[in-house]
Amino acid sequence: MISALALIFLWMGVGFVLLGALGLARFPDLYNRMQAATKCVTLGVCGIMLGIFLRSGFNALGVKALLCAIFILLTVPVSSHALARGSLIAGVKLWKGTVKDEFTLDRGGESIIEEEK
Amino acid sequence: MVPIIVLIPAALFCLYRALVGPSIADRAIAVDMMGVVFSAITALLALRLRLSYLLDLSIALAVISFVGALALAKFLEKRSLDD
Repeated sequence: MISALALIFLWMGVGFVLLGALGLARFPDLYNRMQAATKCVTLGVCGIMLGIFLRSGFNALGVKALLCAIFILLTVPVSSHALARGSLIAGVKLWKGTVKDEFTLDRGGESIIEEEK
Repeated sequence: MVPIIVLIPAALFCLYRALVGPSIADRAIAVDMMGVVFSAITALLALRLRLSYLLDLSIALAVISFVGALALAKFLEKRSLDD
């Protein structure tokens, strides 16, 4: 029973990581890519680590896997938030199909939506 | 063994974005994600080989990618690194 649960968690995690990395390669602008990659990869890696924990139980391997899952769950959102904020301040362009840019007023009316070519 | 082989294309997608990516932040987030994917691959290898110390390597990879991404974010905000 627990072994089957571990396999389910592990394959769910692998699928999430693969789809997140595909989104990182395929989406049109930085913010879309960041959104796809960080959320999917965080959840996927946590699933993989939880699968490893369920598979091996309370020994050195399982507890370290749980610790690694907690660490990744805490740090990856923080670093991706900091990078998104930094690139918004540095003025990385939004995709040309973007409908609304909420930060235009903060920037004094200057829009960073990419122009249609 | 099979999950490790399935995760290798994910790392290759991240590598593609790190090589092609138009802005610095693209490359930074791609390298960050590649570190996390490698940490997952290392953990699966630890499960496969029954070597618990490989998971220390996995935690270290996660720490390094976190610190690198934070330093690059500060650089992008045009702040100095020690405030």
